[in-house]
Amino acid sequence: MKSKYIILFIVLMCFCTISFTYTDSSSGDEAYEKVMSVITHKRCMNCHPQGDHPFQGEDSHKHYFGVQRGPENHGVAGLKCSTCHSHENNLTSGVPGAPHWDLAPKSMGWVGLEKHEIASKILNRETNGGKSLDEIVHHLTQDSLVLWAWNPGININGKEREKPPLSLEEFRKAVHDWADAGAPIPKK
Amino acid sequence: MKIMKQNFEILINGKHHQVDVDPDMPLLWVVRDIIGLKGTKYGCGKAACGACTLHIDGDAVRSCSYPVKLVKDKEVTTIEGLSTGDSLHPVQEAWIDLVVPQCGYCQPGFMMTAAALLAKNNAPTDEDIDNSISNICRCGTHFRIRKAIHKASSILNSKSVTNDS
Repeated sequence: MKSKYIILFIVLMCFCTISFTYTDSSSGDEAYEKVMSVITHKRCMNCHPQGDHPFQGEDSHKHYFGVQRGPENHGVAGLKCSTCHSHENNLTSGVPGAPHWDLAPKSMGWVGLEKHEIASKILNRETNGGKSLDEIVHHLTQDSLVLWAWNPGININGKEREKPPLSLEEFRKAVHDWADAGAPIPKK
Repeated sequence: MKIMKQNFEILINGKHHQVDVDPDMPLLWVVRDIIGLKGTKYGCGKAACGACTLHIDGDAVRSCSYPVKLVKDKEVTTIEGLSTGDSLHPVQEAWIDLVVPQCGYCQPGFMMTAAALLAKNNAPTDEDIDNSISNICRCGTHFRIRKAIHKASSILNSKSVTNDS
């Protein structure tokens, strides 16, 4: 009788472990999809080019005025990002702004990549500026330029810019869930 | 809507000014209408044409889209403050020598952008100039502007050599 209980206990433990592992992986994948739905949005992608020009607008056209990346990712000598973009959105002219408005480094260029390639770059210390997973979570959920995506202001025609598909709270939760699950990168 | 004015102390061309204005007032209007320096021009109001360019801490900034509240503890230089004492800035010398302006309206913005470029790159190539100067001139003076920037570069570097010797 006693051995029956032991076997039942072992079976139950195995079931729970398998079930937990499955749920964890599944939730990690789900969180990954949510995170990537924001990261691949134009509000993020426009300033994560692989080349030397940023993009702009809802149609992600090449930035007007021949704007260049420059040696430090914030423009060239006479035409820095700060020539037009200040620390906040300008609701009169429609020029967007946020603290440290600049381009992501070239190693973090995402335009044209698949989701799993972008995620790999985000997690790779050689491309992400040496960030740990905790630092990545902090950047994604706290950085003032990242947060601008949820306060993108209006364009020059007075029309509100499109926001990412998740609310900031949903995005933050998804980032934490993804990280807590070990930041899995599902194959395509 | 009632506008809440605030007092700001701003440093323009080495002089301190107290202004009592809407914090979101574009710096351009403070410079022109409150301080009375009319050299900086209004063009598009969208930070697109560059006519309103001045310097903030040495960098070119389009003042039509820069609220005055952000200028605290920063140094503003307008076209009126580009020269020092009786000496013209090399950009001004070159502009005069090559008779760059046609109607002239946009030229202060070009000159301020050119000066910001030369402050960081004293020997710009044509490509450097094209990348830095995105200002718009309806008279089409861009070719003379490019020549003038090269000339200003020569003046700047010859002065630098003279000062070093």
